[in-house]
This record gives sequence, C-alpha cells and structure tokens, in this order.
Amino acid sequence: MRKSLILFCLAVGLFLFSITQAADTPIKLQQAHIYPSDKPSLQRGAKLFMNYCSGCHSLQYMRYQRIAEDLGISEKLLKENLIFSAAKPADPVESALLARDAKNWFGVVPPDLTLIAKIRGVDWLYTFLQAFYQDNNRPWGVNNLLFPEVAMPHVLAPLQGIQVYSALKPEQPQPTLSLEQPGLLTTREYDQAINDLVNFLAYTAAPEKLKRQYLGMGVLLFLAIFAILTYLLKREYWKKINERSF
Amino acid sequence: MAVKLSRWLKQRFPIEKTYQENLTHYYVPKNFNVWYLLGSLALFIFGLQIFTGIFLTMYYTPTAKEAFASIEFIMRDVNYGWLIRYLHSTGASFFFIVIYLHMFRSLLYGSHKRPRELVWLLGMLLYLVLLAEAFMGYLLPWGQMSYWGAQVITSLFSAIPGIGPKLTLWMRGDYTVADATLHRFFALHIIAMPLIMIFLVRLHIKALHYVGANNPTGIDLAMPMVNGKNNQIIPFHPYYTIKDLGGLAVFLLIFVVIVFFAPEFGGYFLEPTNFMPADPLQTPSHIAPIWYMTPFYAMLRAIPDKLLGVMIMAAAIAILFVVPWLDRSPVRSIRYRGWMSKVALFIFSLSFLGLGYLGLVDVTPLRTVFARIFTTGYFAFFLLMPFYTALEKTKLLPERL
Repeated sequence: MRKSLILFCLAVGLFLFSITQAADTPIKLQQAHIYPSDKPSLQRGAKLFMNYCSGCHSLQYMRYQRIAEDLGISEKLLKENLIFSAAKPADPVESALLARDAKNWFGVVPPDLTLIAKIRGVDWLYTFLQAFYQDNNRPWGVNNLLFPEVAMPHVLAPLQGIQVYSALKPEQPQPTLSLEQPGLLTTREYDQAINDLVNFLAYTAAPEKLKRQYLGMGVLLFLAIFAILTYLLKREYWKKINERSF
Repeated sequence: MAVKLSRWLKQRFPIEKTYQENLTHYYVPKNFNVWYLLGSLALFIFGLQIFTGIFLTMYYTPTAKEAFASIEFIMRDVNYGWLIRYLHSTGASFFFIVIYLHMFRSLLYGSHKRPRELVWLLGMLLYLVLLAEAFMGYLLPWGQMSYWGAQVITSLFSAIPGIGPKLTLWMRGDYTVADATLHRFFALHIIAMPLIMIFLVRLHIKALHYVGANNPTGIDLAMPMVNGKNNQIIPFHPYYTIKDLGGLAVFLLIFVVIVFFAPEFGGYFLEPTNFMPADPLQTPSHIAPIWYMTPFYAMLRAIPDKLLGVMIMAAAIAILFVVPWLDRSPVRSIRYRGWMSKVALFIFSLSFLGLGYLGLVDVTPLRTVFARIFTTGYFAFFLLMPFYTALEKTKLLPERL
C-alpha cells in the first residue's frame, strides 16, 4: 500500500512537471514586498496614490474614513492632505474623471484599482510600474514592457525619470531598460516609493487582512486546545472498547 | 418542571425513539478509520453553508447592477462580513473536497455494494444537486469568471439537438446570461437546491441507518455474538459522536488556516479574474470553471465535437449511478480484492486528478492528448469493472474483525 502511494506521488509529480508551463508574462516579474502592518509605508503609498493616481483611477469600494482609521491618519490630516475632491470622509474614493472624457482622451476608461492587487497580483503591479520606457510611436510617448501598448501615460515619470529600451543582446534573455534622464527620486527611492504604492493597493484589495490574520491566530489556538481535549475525551471513552477482549 | 415538560413532549412526539434510532441505538462497526469521518464532516459543512448563507443573504443584492458591489460591501462594511463570506466560499470548496473523498471511500471499501445501493444512489443524487447548487452560487458574485463560466456552461445545453437553443433560453431567461439569470440562480441557490438537499440528506442517512454502515474490511458484522455480547459493533453515541468531534477539530484546524490566512487559496478557491465585475462585452482570455468542476470540463475540451463532448461529460456523471451494478466482486473492500481492482482504482484516481488539473490550465496539443488518455482511463475504470471484478482472485475474508 505504502509503495503504491509513493509510486502514485511520483507519477503525479512527473506528470505535473511534464505539462506545466511558466506563467505567460512578457517579462519576468520583480518581487514586491508586502507588509500589511507597516503603517508608514501604507501612509506613503496612500499619499502617492492620492497625488498621482486618483485623478483617473477610483477606489470605489474604499472609503476615505476607513483608510484614515486603518492607517492611523487623523481626520484633519485626511481632509487637508488626501481628499482633493468635494468628497466627505465617509465617501468612497472616486476619481472626478468622467467615463466619456476618459474614452476620448485615453481610449479606455481607467480601471478601478480597489481590487487590482487581487486581480493582477502585487508582483505584477510592482513590475508594471517599473517597466515604462520612452517610445515616441505611442500617444503618450511611453510604452510598457509588461503591458505592451498600454493606454496609460507614465504618471510617475517626474519621480522616476525617463527610461529607454536597450536592444536585446544575446547574453541578456530579458529586455532591459536603462535610466537616461534621472527624476526627482533616486532609483532606490523610486523602488521604495513603488513598493509603498503597491503595499497600499494590496491593503485596499483586502483591508481586513491584518485583523483576519490576528483573529485567525486566536481561532487556531482555541482549536488546537479543543482538538487535544476532544482527543483525550475520545481516548477515555474508547478505553472500554479497546480493552474488550475477543 | 423540566421533567413535566419532557413527559408532555414524550407523549406527543417520539423524541426518545428518534434519538435512540439515530444515536444511542444506532450500531456501527468499531473499526471505522479516518475515511469514516467524512460523512459527518459533510453534514457539518452543509450546516455551515446554510448558516453563513443566511447571513450573506441579508446583505447581498441579486441584481446585475449591484451584485458585485454588494459583495464588496459585505467584505468591507458589514461587521465580520469578510469572515462570513470567506467561511462560505472556503466552505464550498471544502464541501467538494470532503464529498470527493467520501465518494472515494465508497469505492475503496465497496460501500456501494448490496445492500447499500440505495445509499449510493441517493448520495449520487446529492452530488448532482450539489454541483448545480455550487454552479448557481458561483454566478452570484457577478465577477468576470462567474459570468463567463455561467455563459459557457449554460451554452452547453444548446448542443442538445432540437430543444437545445430553446432550453438554454428558458434556463437563462434571456438571450445571454443576464439580470434574469442572476435572479433565478439566486432563488434556486438559496431556496430550491438547499431544500432538495435537506430532503436527500435525510433520505441518505435514513437509508444508511436502515441497512447499517459498511466498514474497512467490508464484511457483514451483524451476526457473531461472543458471550451473548456483540463486541464488533458499538453504539454511534457516545463513541463516534466523540470520535467525530475530534475529527471535526482537526478538520477545522485545516479549514481555518485557509479561511484566515489564504482565503483565495492561490486563486483556486476564489479566482483572480472574478475580482473584476462581469462585463458581457469583454470575454476573458482564459475561462476555467472552479476547480471542482474541472475534471468534467477537461473531458469536454478534449472532445472535438461539442455535442459529443457534452454527452461524454454527462455520461461521466451518469455512469457513477450504476456503479453498484457494475461491481461484480464477491468482496467489498479493496483490502481483499485482487491486483486488478487496485490498479483500476489507481488509474481512475490518477485520471480524475489529471483531468482536474488539465481543466484548470490552457489547452496545448500535448495537454489535449493527456486529457484524452485520462478520459479513457476514467471510463475504462467503470466500463471494465464488470470484467476485472469478476475475473480477479480475491483474498479470503476473515470471519470477524
């Protein structure tokens, strides 16, 4: 029985190995570092989002107030620094861009970003924001390695600077981008800023995550004790059965 | 007071008799192993789904315009709404894990064989209803995968010659999956299917308790008595209620890890594409049903002809119903069967898992070849069953446990 089980596992493994393929993204994804409990990072991410993204992208399922509460931002600071529209703190974060205008200007309506981290994954978002490069054939003068022909302009270019595409060389299997004109931030600072932004988007996709994991630990602890007690109880009851001789 | 009340009740309702028949005087073999926890676990999850479902219904709005947003409302603004919802969504996947293992247990120990054919049949009916229940429930979040999954599966019925297109129209209530479809799926998901399931579960358990439970050796245990005492079968309560409670605790430990720490389970329990609201104008590049339906979906895709594919898919489920009559083995349990049964069960399991995987991923020519091999393996297990079970040499059954 055990032998056939091992054989079975081997067969399944071999089979999976033979027919699975790598995910189909044009370039290899860089890793984002997500810390749901890092409030300063989330606050910086929120600031970046409100300043650079919220003009076009909404967080329609996320209320300003909830963000402020979860991230430890006072209502005064929230009103002064993060709400740029006529919205009240209890309102959801909605961009003022009209869908019709967006269609005219960009060709598409910018997607709502509340759940984007769940749809695309955090690594995808991080890589996407790193992968803009100059391309004069595109309407906004930029293209993206991860999302070719994306309709979005490189809004963060003032921070990052301008990247250019270096032609593929045989020793480099991945296309590379090099910074031609530096922006306001150094490369390191930009990486950090993007990571904060992605961290914030991961938060908006699952604002309950921290509380969920905290509660989960308690539930697990309870269940572990409960399991031990039920096991002892079972052993006690079954003693009679197991001792009964034939 | 309490004594009086209980006497009053006893005179008017067979409360004691019901209790005895199902628990204290329901005798079962003492050698149940871990596979025998699955029945009560399935019952537990069914209860959990109903309980969480009731609370979800309080906030969910079954309209195309508001369904998606109402789920996000539950996840964000309702107190512990995320918990209720993740319990329900994880519960759905675990229901199928438990049910598939429960069915596998029957094949392993021959629980479908005489005199338990009816128990098996009722169980298969339950599985069928559960598939429908899950399929309809999956439309409710009104995400892209919900929408297009429902679109693809309802369109399968249009392959039926003659009445097909009209049947599909009748099911959807519109020419595509639309508001009307969402409304009716909601009604069926929260009322019709659960009612049918409660009824079938009652029959399934009633029939089981009437014929008595099988056990891992597959031998009949009712007869032998030692010193006037039957020591091979024991009352369900307290022995198995307590053992099942321990099993439940271990099960919950696993379940809770998923609910609290990985509710999307890497995109298998809640698919990434389903966090995009349904858009009838934009077909996702990759449509796959949720994992528990993928074995059948893989069969459908492996067959070049749509009608034939649908027939194969239907046959894959229909053939399960006749297993008690395909199995000609003189013994029940795999422990006493010959090598052919063991190999067959192995091939079947591999085929089912393989198809499950293939239904999740994109089609490539190599994968289609594999899907066809596995489909053949799946059906060969059943179609050849009358021969290998009758031909093989079985081991000698023990007299008693």
